[in-house]
Amino acid sequence: MADSAALYRTVRLIRRFEERAVELVRSGAIFGGVHPYTGQEAIAAGTCAALRADDVITSTHRGHGHVLAKGADPARMMAELAGRATGLNQGRGGSMHAADFGVGILGANAIVGAAAPIATGAAWAARRAGSDRVSLTYFGDGAVSQGVVLETFNLAALWRAPVVFVCENNGFATTTRVADAVAGSITGRAEAFGIPAVRVDGMDAELVLAAADEAVARARRGDGPTLLECVTYRFDAHHTWEHTARPRYRSAEEVSLGRVRDPLDIQGARVPSGVRAEIDAEIEDLLDSAVRFALDSPHPDPATALDHLYADGTRVRAGVA
Amino acid sequence: MTILSYLKALNRALTDEMERDPTVCVFGEDVRAAVTNVTAGLAKRFGTERVLDMPISEQAFTGVATGAALSGQRPLIEYQIPALLFLAFEQIANQAHKFSLMTGGQARVPVTYLVPSSGSRDGWAGQHSDHPYSMFAHVGVKTAVPATPTDAYGLLVTALRDDDPVVVFAPAGAMGRREDVDLARLAPIPLGTGRIHRPGADVTVVAVGHLVHLALDVAGELADTISVEVFDPRTLHPFDWQGLAASLDRTGRLVVIDDSNRSCGIAGEILATAAEQMHLLAPPKRVTRPDGAVLPFAEALDRALQPTHEQVRTAIQSVAKAGGFR
Repeated sequence: MADSAALYRTVRLIRRFEERAVELVRSGAIFGGVHPYTGQEAIAAGTCAALRADDVITSTHRGHGHVLAKGADPARMMAELAGRATGLNQGRGGSMHAADFGVGILGANAIVGAAAPIATGAAWAARRAGSDRVSLTYFGDGAVSQGVVLETFNLAALWRAPVVFVCENNGFATTTRVADAVAGSITGRAEAFGIPAVRVDGMDAELVLAAADEAVARARRGDGPTLLECVTYRFDAHHTWEHTARPRYRSAEEVSLGRVRDPLDIQGARVPSGVRAEIDAEIEDLLDSAVRFALDSPHPDPATALDHLYADGTRVRAGVA
Repeated sequence: MTILSYLKALNRALTDEMERDPTVCVFGEDVRAAVTNVTAGLAKRFGTERVLDMPISEQAFTGVATGAALSGQRPLIEYQIPALLFLAFEQIANQAHKFSLMTGGQARVPVTYLVPSSGSRDGWAGQHSDHPYSMFAHVGVKTAVPATPTDAYGLLVTALRDDDPVVVFAPAGAMGRREDVDLARLAPIPLGTGRIHRPGADVTVVAVGHLVHLALDVAGELADTISVEVFDPRTLHPFDWQGLAASLDRTGRLVVIDDSNRSCGIAGEILATAAEQMHLLAPPKRVTRPDGAVLPFAEALDRALQPTHEQVRTAIQSVAKAGGFR
């Protein structure tokens, strides 16, 4: 049974976090920009609600939503985006590499499709360790034609690995439409390897949760991987760079049509207005303090730029002698 | 005269070559929408049969370009980020590059691999900030790293006309450069010919790509005390060893600035060759990224691992006053 208010809270948290992050990109407080998750929040909220705290995820370049839904601290996440020493990755990773192993986030990843095998390896290792922990990996529609993703489908199916593949089909790989990039279908790719595949309305957190519950249960009982193709729409830019560069690949009319079904409204309608108002207020407070925490935090010391390059602390030669 | 930006120079070179040679075609991600702007206007002008948006399938479309090149086309591939070269490396280093020798000279593989905004582009972190040009020089793929709009034009035209695979790195740190040029005089630049941007008598500074501009800034600052010659090799493989030897015959002192990781980077090769074969009055120095560097995200950390103005200045001063080999 879905906890509608909890799902709404996650969707709302991600939406407002993204809006605050975009403001901080505009003000210059976030270096390098971000890939906003706006419009896709129901997927992160629904899938992570199906996971246990000890389950693990891998994420993408558009990963803030996954990281927040899996339970990372929004303040430390915001500090990471702002490149501060208090960030999840101590300012070393930024938007595209946010990770928090303490809550099962094995990292966002800046290379399309590259995390699918990583999640599958984690799933294999969990089973080997005698754990019923499940891995869940996110990727976009752009990733489904990457060889590494298809190779991973093969391994995961062969091994009946406890992994859930979540494809967030937001219609575009940067500017390229799915119809121009994907032969056959996304679900058909998984089915070719004998992996059950389901197409889900990715705008509805409760439908996503129901599908994810089934997929996670299947993985946990040892019956192998599932692919969920969550159909959604990216409300904002591929990357905040688009706010100034404005490449033309979809019309304003198309974007407004795409925004009509809003995961925030869909989930919000299931929550009594009083509860909704309380959640909204709580999140504003939470994000106010997250932004404050981020911007008040120290920048990392340049002398530590090579810290963590090697696990054993091996020091390397500097760029000058 | 016309102001030509580096970005526009790349676009112009590609447009001119597509106009001149109908076998030149463009493969890449988002090349129709031209998100990097290098391919702006090309789909409209030449059609989507010649300017092909690719799915996110770098290994596949890199190999497809090899096959197309073996069959008479001259593809240019645009990789949006330098790390995509790692994904396609097998197809370039082990396939495209080896066909000519392995087929006993039957095959020609005229593919150009272009990386607009290579190196750090400020805040793109560990997986989007590499500068892997030394890796291509190491395996022997022809490698160009133009520093200026004129050279970007000339080297890209040459790459497109070359019968071998050529990788062209357009450093993020050079993409914003502008130059006053006579468009009628833009011309192909042969691979393996360096360029002396500033003549000098005391120290030769070899600078790669965008670091040429850093070298010129420092050379200007030091002009009253040290006469610095700034040598831009323009292509790393083939390398203009004769040009470098001639410069060292004049100065006898060498500093190399290279945005590669230190170990096995091109700066190490330049120092080694100079030490083996050229005239040196003092031990040479290099300024590089650290060994095995991974660029961290935060701005101060990102900067801390790339060659800095201060490091270059200190290296030049120290080589200039070194008393000779002990």
